[in-house]
Amino acid sequence: MALRLPSKVLKHILSFIDSNEDRNSVSLVCKSWFETERKTRKRVFVGNCYAVTPAAVARRFPAMRSLTLKGKPHFADYNLVPDGWGGYACPWIESMAAKSPYLEEIRLKRMVVTDDCLERIAASFKNFKVLVLTSCEGFSTDGIAAIASTCRNLRVLELRECIVEDLGGDWLSYFPETSTSLVSLDFSCLDSEVKISDLERLVSRSPNLKSLKLNPAVTLDGLVSILRRAPQLTELGTGSFAAELKPEAFTKLSKAFSNCKQLQSLSGLWDVLPEYLPALYSVCPGLTSLNLSYATVRMPDLVELLRRCSKLQKLWVMDLIEDKGLEAVASYCKELRELRVFPSEPDLDATNIPVTEQGLVYVSKGCRKLESVLYFCVQFTNAALITIARKRPNLKCFRLCVIEPFAPDYKTNEPLDKGFKAIAEGCKDLRRLSVSGLLSDKAFKYIGKHAKKVRMLSIAFAGDSDLMLHHLLSGCESLKKLEIRDCPFGDTALLENAAKLETMRSLWMSSCFVSFGACKLLSQKMPRLNVEVIDEHPPKTRPESSPVERIYIYRTVAGPRMDTPEFVWTLHKNPEIGVSKLAIK
Amino acid sequence: MSYRLLSVDKEELDISPPGLKVRNYFGLSDCSSVDSSTIHNRVQDGEKTSNLNFKATELRLGLPESQSPERETDFGLLSPRTPDEKLLFPLLPCKDTAASATTEHKNVVSGNKRGFADTWDEFSSVKGSVRPGGGINMMLSPKIKDVPKSIQEERSHAKGGSNNAPAAKAQVVGWPPIRSYRKNTMASSTSKNTDEVDGKPGLGALFVKVSMDGAPYLRKVDLRTYTCYQQLSSALEKMFSCFTLGQCGLHGAQGRERMSEIKLKDLLHGSEFVLTYEDKDGDWMLVGDVPWEIFTETCQKLKIMKGSDSIGLAPGAVEKSKNKDRV
Repeated sequence: MALRLPSKVLKHILSFIDSNEDRNSVSLVCKSWFETERKTRKRVFVGNCYAVTPAAVARRFPAMRSLTLKGKPHFADYNLVPDGWGGYACPWIESMAAKSPYLEEIRLKRMVVTDDCLERIAASFKNFKVLVLTSCEGFSTDGIAAIASTCRNLRVLELRECIVEDLGGDWLSYFPETSTSLVSLDFSCLDSEVKISDLERLVSRSPNLKSLKLNPAVTLDGLVSILRRAPQLTELGTGSFAAELKPEAFTKLSKAFSNCKQLQSLSGLWDVLPEYLPALYSVCPGLTSLNLSYATVRMPDLVELLRRCSKLQKLWVMDLIEDKGLEAVASYCKELRELRVFPSEPDLDATNIPVTEQGLVYVSKGCRKLESVLYFCVQFTNAALITIARKRPNLKCFRLCVIEPFAPDYKTNEPLDKGFKAIAEGCKDLRRLSVSGLLSDKAFKYIGKHAKKVRMLSIAFAGDSDLMLHHLLSGCESLKKLEIRDCPFGDTALLENAAKLETMRSLWMSSCFVSFGACKLLSQKMPRLNVEVIDEHPPKTRPESSPVERIYIYRTVAGPRMDTPEFVWTLHKNPEIGVSKLAIK
Repeated sequence: MSYRLLSVDKEELDISPPGLKVRNYFGLSDCSSVDSSTIHNRVQDGEKTSNLNFKATELRLGLPESQSPERETDFGLLSPRTPDEKLLFPLLPCKDTAASATTEHKNVVSGNKRGFADTWDEFSSVKGSVRPGGGINMMLSPKIKDVPKSIQEERSHAKGGSNNAPAAKAQVVGWPPIRSYRKNTMASSTSKNTDEVDGKPGLGALFVKVSMDGAPYLRKVDLRTYTCYQQLSSALEKMFSCFTLGQCGLHGAQGRERMSEIKLKDLLHGSEFVLTYEDKDGDWMLVGDVPWEIFTETCQKLKIMKGSDSIGLAPGAVEKSKNKDRV
């Protein structure tokens, strides 16, 4: 008879375990551990809102205080998922309102949130504290006002890159008149002006405010006035960083910044006038995170700023930094962990992107702690990739976007197979990988063979045949999310590795050669997968062998979803198209 | 761990099964002589298996434990069996010897092509976007009902950049992979000088897909940025100059060689290629017949076809690039 740990003791032990992955493992040990774990889990993460029903989640985790949900597939960010696909937050909010009234934190990503939803949140959760919406849409500033006015204990309200119907800046005035408990406020994605006086008053009565991200409508003057009232900020997102050049304006700005002695993170910086950048010099030595990705500033000005940021860990910047600027980063920012370089001209035809592979090589050589990279450039070489892999085996996230599809190594004209082989082999802790450029099936053989810890893989315009997909699905053991577009593989590899799909969160394929017949077959054989064909033209109007436009496959215990729009085909919806009998739950 | 829906031995899958050929999706049947030799090289290169045990490495569709090698039985999963099912799995190799590599390849390619061509013939009279044969369809702009967002972005973006320039701002959906939020923000800052208010589509940007036989992906052009056929023609030349006939199948690498000798324009002049468009009735017409305005109003999509394919299309000026500004 095995020694049974009293549940009280187990509870106490579990109170030290925060990671959901660990908690998931704990819950698999035995029934009593499962029970104890589920009753003590406070932070619940659901990576795909259609993988499980809200009721099931509420039932399993009665002590839930924080819920994180993700809706649309990642490629929705790039307009590959038509509007109306799904990802509605309402059913979840309704269910939680009824079953988990003690919920305090809701974080949603890529979901459709309505004003009704927001009002429901405000009305249902008495102790509501945290609302973070990332890449969400479907609501207006009225919904925000409801949250602001009703949630008396609100600490965090962040709208990150959401599409919000902006009905004006009034919502700011809805916060409680007495002091607020706000710690973080992010309204950077809103368009319209807010009254500076409202903002000033809000900031003045929010003594705990640490993070504030303004929208581009806030002027430099406004910023100065805010900073004066909130010198304790650790994170700041400026508004527009341009104004008529006036010496006193500059001095005021400079002084305001120099008073912010705790500032660690800086973002916003829209429309930067380079002459105002020196106002930031005083905070540079303390900065750990700097987002210059909207600042259209030339390299010399960028370098002047960056050479003062010796503690910088996270840098987002545009390719205007050029290779030379990245060389400077490599020598001054020795603590750098994350680098993202965005194209200033996000155009397929742009041929003069000022960064080349050399820039990334510099940073890889100079910044020993570099572990996360997102890099856009026109072309690349195997040699550079090999160097990067050799220098930075500690890379965890490597996303390279060679903008020209099918671009080979421009020096040798070979595919970039060898380069990505080096990355997969050398960076043993790689968890996220995006490949691009000319790649043959070989590249994916290497990736399948070596990238054992990769959980998320993004592929576009690559490969030659089914072998590519086969290598990935049969090789990458930790693969959880695979997204592919415009690659020439068909049904075989997919059907061959069907069972693998149940070990993954999701698979997205668009503009490949998977046929409708294969989708049907997959749906029929694998009831625990939802196979969605997202196609402008209903598949039944075409022969079964014709490829479908997009497929989204994800594992689920919730069964087929009921809220699919017209252009999403599922077997459940059209059982007459399927042939054999199917157990539909 | 076995993840298969089929019954295939694990060991055989460690090596790249020669039965699973590198398929040439960009190839057309004309190029077979070029391709097969290339593909031969690819197959032989690097893979050590001399013993081509096709039977053992054959990937089949079947229930686990099913020993049936016959395709017929496998297809029994989908009944009734229609002729189209053969096309469903065009990649499954014949159970023949290695000698059939080339023929297989041809069959597969033409099989694929047949599938697409069938589709096309069936639906050429139907209004709708039909996938052109042979290429990967990259243009999946979600034209579903009201999807104003994505179109808006592309319009405002295009307007912002290409206000006066006749040069094409090629648009490919979702590429490069930059969040719409970022695109919008940058579009709004670059287009501050123009009349356009970002987010609002200008007086109808008119995007049409442009495809070319043998090109691996489609492009989109905004017809409103041009005022005559000449502009459209030079824009298309620039866009497609890297996808010339000689490079079918060898996507990217060789295609990128300085092909100054063989330019699209020359091909067009030499009537190797013709520019055609699909009009509102779903008919494919040669570009250049009608006045520009009418053309922009009726054109649904453009296609650069091989001259031979265009026989039988509505007669008209083949040399559209001899312009004749029909304003």
